[in-house]
Amino acid sequence: MEHEPAFFETSPTPGVVGKPLNRVDGRDKVMGKAKYSAEYPLPGLTYGVLKTSDIAKGRIQSINASAALKEPGVLAVFTHLNLPKPAKTPNDAEGKKAIGAPMGFLPLTSDAIHYAGQPVALVVADTFERATQAAALVRVSYAAEAPIAAYTDKRAQRFNPEKIQDGKADGYTRRGDAQAAMAAAPVQLTAVYTHAINHHNPMEPGATTAIWEAPDRLTVYESTQGVTRTQKSLSAYLGLPQDQVRVVTKYLGGGFGCKGSCWPHTVLTALAAKGVGRPVKLVLSRKQQFTSMGHREDQTQTLRLGATKEGKLLALIHEKTSTTSPWDNYAEANSKIINLLYDCPTFESHYELARANVMTSTFTRAPGEAPGSFAIECSMDDLAYQLGLDPIEIRLRNYAEKDPSTGQPWSSKSLRQCYARGAELFGWSKRNPKAGVTKNGRLLVGYGMATASYPVHNSQGTARVRLYADGHAVVQAGATDLGTGTYTVMTQVAADSLGLAPDKVRFELGDTKLPTAPNSGGSVAAGTVSSSVYMAAQDVWERLTKMAIKDPKSPLFKAKAEDVAMENGRLQLKKDASKGEDFKALMKRAGIDDIEGSGQGKYGSGYEAGQSAATAPDAHKDEAGKHSMHSFGAHFCEVQVDPDLGTVRVTRWVSVHGAGRILNAKTARSQIIGGSIFGIGAALMEATARDPHYARYTNADLGDYHIPVNADIPDMTVEFIDEHDPYINAMGVKGIGEISMVGVSAAVANAVFHATGKRVRDLPITPDKILGTKSV
Amino acid sequence: MNNFSYLSTTTAKDATAAVTGTKGAAFIAGGTTVLDLMKLNVENHSELVDINLVPFKGIEQTADGLRIGALERMSDVGEHPLVVQNYPVISQSLLQAASPQLRNMASIGGNLLQRTRCGYFRDVAFPCNKRNPGSGCPAQEGENRNLAILGGSKACIATHPGDLGVALAALDAVLLLENAKGKQRRVPLVDFHVVPGNTPQRETVLEPGELIVSVTVPAAAHARKSMYLKVRDRASYAFALASAAVGLDVQGGQIRTARVALGGVGTKPWRSVAAEKILTGAPATEATFRAAAAAAVKDAQPREQNRFKVELAQNTLVRALLELSAA
Repeated sequence: MEHEPAFFETSPTPGVVGKPLNRVDGRDKVMGKAKYSAEYPLPGLTYGVLKTSDIAKGRIQSINASAALKEPGVLAVFTHLNLPKPAKTPNDAEGKKAIGAPMGFLPLTSDAIHYAGQPVALVVADTFERATQAAALVRVSYAAEAPIAAYTDKRAQRFNPEKIQDGKADGYTRRGDAQAAMAAAPVQLTAVYTHAINHHNPMEPGATTAIWEAPDRLTVYESTQGVTRTQKSLSAYLGLPQDQVRVVTKYLGGGFGCKGSCWPHTVLTALAAKGVGRPVKLVLSRKQQFTSMGHREDQTQTLRLGATKEGKLLALIHEKTSTTSPWDNYAEANSKIINLLYDCPTFESHYELARANVMTSTFTRAPGEAPGSFAIECSMDDLAYQLGLDPIEIRLRNYAEKDPSTGQPWSSKSLRQCYARGAELFGWSKRNPKAGVTKNGRLLVGYGMATASYPVHNSQGTARVRLYADGHAVVQAGATDLGTGTYTVMTQVAADSLGLAPDKVRFELGDTKLPTAPNSGGSVAAGTVSSSVYMAAQDVWERLTKMAIKDPKSPLFKAKAEDVAMENGRLQLKKDASKGEDFKALMKRAGIDDIEGSGQGKYGSGYEAGQSAATAPDAHKDEAGKHSMHSFGAHFCEVQVDPDLGTVRVTRWVSVHGAGRILNAKTARSQIIGGSIFGIGAALMEATARDPHYARYTNADLGDYHIPVNADIPDMTVEFIDEHDPYINAMGVKGIGEISMVGVSAAVANAVFHATGKRVRDLPITPDKILGTKSV
Repeated sequence: MNNFSYLSTTTAKDATAAVTGTKGAAFIAGGTTVLDLMKLNVENHSELVDINLVPFKGIEQTADGLRIGALERMSDVGEHPLVVQNYPVISQSLLQAASPQLRNMASIGGNLLQRTRCGYFRDVAFPCNKRNPGSGCPAQEGENRNLAILGGSKACIATHPGDLGVALAALDAVLLLENAKGKQRRVPLVDFHVVPGNTPQRETVLEPGELIVSVTVPAAAHARKSMYLKVRDRASYAFALASAAVGLDVQGGQIRTARVALGGVGTKPWRSVAAEKILTGAPATEATFRAAAAAAVKDAQPREQNRFKVELAQNTLVRALLELSAA
């Protein structure tokens, strides 16, 4: 990495990077000009509507589409009997791997029904309304069997997987002898935590518009967090070379993980378009959204904690039981954060899965870290009360100076500062250490806090810069803007890297025609793409420097390349700034209107260790470098609880994070606020109810699946600790999309305990779980 | 959603004639329920007869109380000074319901006919005795957290979802109905909705083709001093877990008249005469309110997940009475 330039060195005083620049796409969005993936008015466009299964398990006996096909404008009713065959399916392990499918099953490939809401037909018509009407007229008869709804069903087959998530994480982890350490620990706590099913529910549902440009060439306008991953999946599904599939996502109305993979409706739409020979657009209904793109699984965690009487951790033993689908071993890796958050000499974790008639669950914002932090951060709170210590003090006594799970030093960690600054902003010192005694009239007032942490996952990507001699630039990367500000922050990075004002830079993203960028997931996008953009700009300067030192008319003629630096668009000698020239003059003299550079940005362990991370085993890619790389933060929460009515309202909120370089103070603050609200939703109200007998959701709409509304959320205070991390990437950026919600549900639950003296370990904390609470 | 025809009418006579004359036809006013349920294929109407131009309008003081035209919008009624001042429980029940967008569309008559949010009713893949009589009620042993503890039967425990009906039940409101022959009749709100029994598909006494013309509410001291308290899973835009519509006339610490109805817990707006009997003539104290609340839920038959509503409904009622008597 010494050979790679770093933004810290080339731009010691950033220009617009870090500033609260307004969103560059904001105006287009509020004017309705930003085109989302279901908004491309293609000639000959047709509309696809899914017909989904009424049962959760069994077989399709017959499908009668005759009434549907008689409807005007109906072009086709595709079922497992007549859908054009894909080249591969994820129904076998080889196919699943090649496709990179999140679920080992593609509907419409057989008569088998494995989950409620599974697509059984795809109707195509010339209008959305006609397709919808026809879908209702398709008659499907089933041979139903009794389904299993969840791990809580006694009939569910339970097992301990060797690996979870297709090998990405271990099903069993052991560090030291936790059982012996637990048995000998003077203080022993055991707690059971449950987490409801949560659905991502982005404002924009899953949407696909597929158009076959030629018999072997497909373009898809897709609502996805990663155009390249979708491109790879579709090329494997359809047996096309990757370059014959183009995927476009210019704007995304949220994703939260459910758009991180290529789900069945996308390839079904492409196959339907092939079948009808016309472009097909398919948008999931809100109800279908609940059974089409995964969810956060229902789960129980048991956490045992052993400590000294002084509160020093001796052992942590974690067990998780959760529901998975008939095919896959998916579980969020909750134990990872529990293994590294505190200095604890021993650790053990087990995963247990139960097969049920549900689709495969998937990454949901801070997968693993969110529910895992709920368990460890509530148990640490318990320990603090048990020993009469302040919740911050118990965390400081167990502060991890290096990563206990790997023994590696941290690349950077500002958690102490986060605790201190958060406590100061919140007024933590005013907290009465006793639970259940602080009141505001009839309401019980509670303060709670929790630690947040999220890894810097290994990632890489590329970008291209085209700098024009007239002082403008176009910068490109096939990245995604989930709505969080990628367009804006990359414009800022490009502007500083090129010495231009941001309004002279246009950043383009969301197209596989552009240089390849990673999925916007796992909080890798900001750091990877910004580093790629920065490296591409450096490439431009290297080329221009070469031109200058060979140009007898340049003041830099015969200078050494390593002695030349760029400042504000001017190439000049590092030691004598007066010797140099503006890039425009140089380019004009050379007779070139524009110059292109490209660059590869590496993020996480791959940056520190070179390429080795890419070939490391899946479960250990993040450990390839010498350092353990994580963001850290702390949330502080005040709740007011009505003990008679059971209502919990968050009345104050402070989040302080150390997350490397913050690219835009405004969009970063908004993202932390958004993530915290996401976490408050999980803490207090989000729960998808699955009927225990029918394995079917009973509240699959936004009227009955509650997410927070404005009235649930107070003003929120967000700050960042200045953090300079040279090991993580060229920009020194850590992602913030996910850490924003890690620890949030624990902070809320801890505040509820402080208010009421009642520990609710079953999320969400709805009024029924508070009732019966009286002040202590 | 099925295809349907659409007819706009300007008189009650044309509207009722159209609905009675066409098989599968239904009225549409604000459309916030009927279109929702048609999109879910829960209701399948061949024709929608638009009554928005029928002149069932007006929010006015009458000789003995308040008259609200059935086609007034929730938002207009909820914000009307006459309602806010003299019938605060009605205003509050309206403004705590739904969202501003829905309140701007939904009519008063339609609101009283709003159908349950029971998840089994709203998904045609499930059996449901209300939607498909005789098919069964999976809610009894299923997801019943927000279903009714009062007025249920083995056939159905679906909650009446509305707020306005609860306020109107408390205040002795009377509905004026008109049928296809132009014949009008008056039905007290408390008799308008019916408990499910063995026929949960029948939710009101409204006859086919019959329209709600208006709602009248008698003026009273307990109407002027009234309030609506709604407890829900989030601070706004949610159906009630439990709600209480209460009216009190307290003089010298003694309750002269009281009105009590509960929402979110009954299969219909749940007026509690038993609670009112305990309150009437008693001192306005928490002990009285507690006794009244216990009486209000005496017949509760909770299921596994909605047991908490027995306590919550009482606490909600007590809190409403405490706040009202302290105001």
